[in-house]
Amino acid sequence: MGILILLVPVTLVLTATAVGAWYWACHNRQFDDLDSPAYKMLLDDQEKEDTI
Amino acid sequence: MTMNPSNSPDVAGAPGNIEQFSYDDAIVRKFVWATLLWGLIGMVVGLLVALQLAWWPANMETSWLSFGRLRPLHTNAVIFAFAGNAFFAGMYYSTQRLLKARMFSDALSKFHFWGWQGIIVAAAITLPLGFTAGKEYAELEWPIDIAIALVWVGMAVNMFGTIAKRRERHLYVAIWFYIASIVTVALLHIFNSLALPVSFMKSYSVYAGVQDALVQWWYGHNAVAFFLTTPFLGLMYYFMPKAAEGPIYSYRLSIIHFWSLVFLYIWTGPHHLLFSSLPDWAQTTGMLLSLMLIAPSWGGMINGLLTLRGAWHKLRTDPVIKFMVVAITFYGMSTFEGPMLSIKSLNKLAHYSDWIISHVHGGALGWNGFLTFGMIYWLLPRLYGTKLHSLKLANAHFWLGLIGILVYMISMYISGLTQGLMWLDFDNDGYLVYPNFIETVAVVIPFYWLRFLGGVLYVAGLLVMFYNLKQTVSGVTPPEDTKAEAAPYERKPLMGKFHYKLEAKPMMFTVLTVVAVLVGTILEIVPMLAVESNVPTIASVKPYTPLELTGRDIYIREGCFNCHSQMVRPLRAETERYGTYSKSGEFVYDHPFLWGSKRTGPDLHRIGGKYPDMWHLRHMEDPRSMFAESIMPSYPWLLTDQMDLAKIGKKIKVMRQLGVPYSEQDVDNAESMAKAQAKQIADNLAASGVTGMEDKEITALIAYLQRLGTDIKK
Repeated sequence: MGILILLVPVTLVLTATAVGAWYWACHNRQFDDLDSPAYKMLLDDQEKEDTI
Repeated sequence: MTMNPSNSPDVAGAPGNIEQFSYDDAIVRKFVWATLLWGLIGMVVGLLVALQLAWWPANMETSWLSFGRLRPLHTNAVIFAFAGNAFFAGMYYSTQRLLKARMFSDALSKFHFWGWQGIIVAAAITLPLGFTAGKEYAELEWPIDIAIALVWVGMAVNMFGTIAKRRERHLYVAIWFYIASIVTVALLHIFNSLALPVSFMKSYSVYAGVQDALVQWWYGHNAVAFFLTTPFLGLMYYFMPKAAEGPIYSYRLSIIHFWSLVFLYIWTGPHHLLFSSLPDWAQTTGMLLSLMLIAPSWGGMINGLLTLRGAWHKLRTDPVIKFMVVAITFYGMSTFEGPMLSIKSLNKLAHYSDWIISHVHGGALGWNGFLTFGMIYWLLPRLYGTKLHSLKLANAHFWLGLIGILVYMISMYISGLTQGLMWLDFDNDGYLVYPNFIETVAVVIPFYWLRFLGGVLYVAGLLVMFYNLKQTVSGVTPPEDTKAEAAPYERKPLMGKFHYKLEAKPMMFTVLTVVAVLVGTILEIVPMLAVESNVPTIASVKPYTPLELTGRDIYIREGCFNCHSQMVRPLRAETERYGTYSKSGEFVYDHPFLWGSKRTGPDLHRIGGKYPDMWHLRHMEDPRSMFAESIMPSYPWLLTDQMDLAKIGKKIKVMRQLGVPYSEQDVDNAESMAKAQAKQIADNLAASGVTGMEDKEITALIAYLQRLGTDIKK
């Protein structure tokens, strides 16, 4: 089980990175508006015609 | 202060002005065609290996066409070439539009595309030739692994660079899924692929036995998680609302299930190792977390399906919606079935059987395949500024594919259940009802034919798609890159002015990132290898002799581990059939481990000493000479090809570096030791009527097989 000496630190680094990403997201106001992103992504196409 | 990377057509403007720019559509077109081409090739190889299981002559007595070598070609092609290119196609299209920015570097985009296709070609050449590391979904040898890492880092820099220069502050949930995929796959690949090279196309895993098993399935299940699931969830979150022309059902749910999914998935690897020599606590952890994974996975399914609320009528007419809805449904099925299969009591029945094959293909053909098809039917006409040639043909593809999946899955359910139940069956006197493994093979052949039929239908659907898309784009000039405009978004530097400026130089940033990753990797690995203690827990377990190691490498080359396991579980049904259950201490010198994950043929861990040398020679030459109903390929070339002892000294040396207790004399005398042992076996064979085997590969393989599982009896 010596491999754990590698896997546990790797997991901790990964977790710390994830927590860091979460922290950045909160402070970068990523979670301030959870309603409009779902609609905004629909509006980015220029074409109006159906392709099917 | 907006960024101006060298290739960008962006126009700098004072903050507050609308900027004009364009999206790189050419790269998306490339990835879409690559997806389709490799999908066809990978699935045709799949048809061939399916045929080989139903009808063994399809192995054609040719080494580079035999099942053991082609199965990994199939898995690599459909996972990395088909699903991989599909992921990239959708990611490049959606990322640019979600972030309102062209890709950070067109040059990196091209490097990614051509690098990835080059890697696939390298796989297509090396795998049939038998150059394999012997680890599932990680078979490619070390030079190709390095190429994968480089291309992946280039892609990561391109993606993060695009995120940095975005004009949309909010990172839509799809982007989070892409980020998780990119970061995690990099880690998984690097750590699982660690190996010491013996030569240009041969290496040994730095891990051994139980360790290797754990790292391998940490990788293997998370390849499913972060290569086949999270990227496609990202694609779903973009393309499903687009196709449905309505927003995702619950944006909040998407965030919750994203974070819980990525946290839970990593821990599920041990569910591939239930009842193995992996410690109980690790098995239980894997089982529990796999069960917990139902919640976030179904969060994704519910979100995707309910996006159609108010638009269910589109299912009737729109093939894109059909493909996507069915894809999401199969995702839900697989993410329910997977956790169920992770429960020890059910796993006892299903492990090593065709049930697992059914499970995999439901996810692969249903979720990955159908989502890819739906996405491409939506995407390709747009990329060419035209309409899809035929709705009818797209619908026909859908039905052909769906029936194909169902025929595949149901035939494999029946086969798997049959095998599992037969393997576990005892009579009232306590004896195995089916003591001969071959009985459990012969009875499922009809289902192997059905499975082949299922695959044929699925590929037929893909051919219909090819025709439809060819008609769609024939004579059409691809339009110029889609133009867009958006207000710039002032980005604050993450880490100070120097770093900010560096982030604008794609090539430099890529090189430095590679260096950083490599330094980090080396700093972690070298101490681990140095500190690593390899004290065997079983004193009688010794390293393989040079000849046996040569034979082991032949076993790996021919892909025997694709059909034969080497892990007798502590279940009475197994100990009665194979001998005492496998102990973890027996595998300490196995670089790589060869526990296998499927029993198309019987477990081999206790095969040592069971049959005479001559039996093995005849069996490898033509398995039907020993078992009339065998479906195993013939390996006649092993009796004529000379064993390659040129590198045996180097191999022993590398093993020694990895901690296997060979002596200096073992390294120096490896070749003569091998020849001496080979002579003994050859004399045995000559006494039974076959001469001239001293220098042939079969002798090395026999030495290895006769050693298996015998150490603990000493």
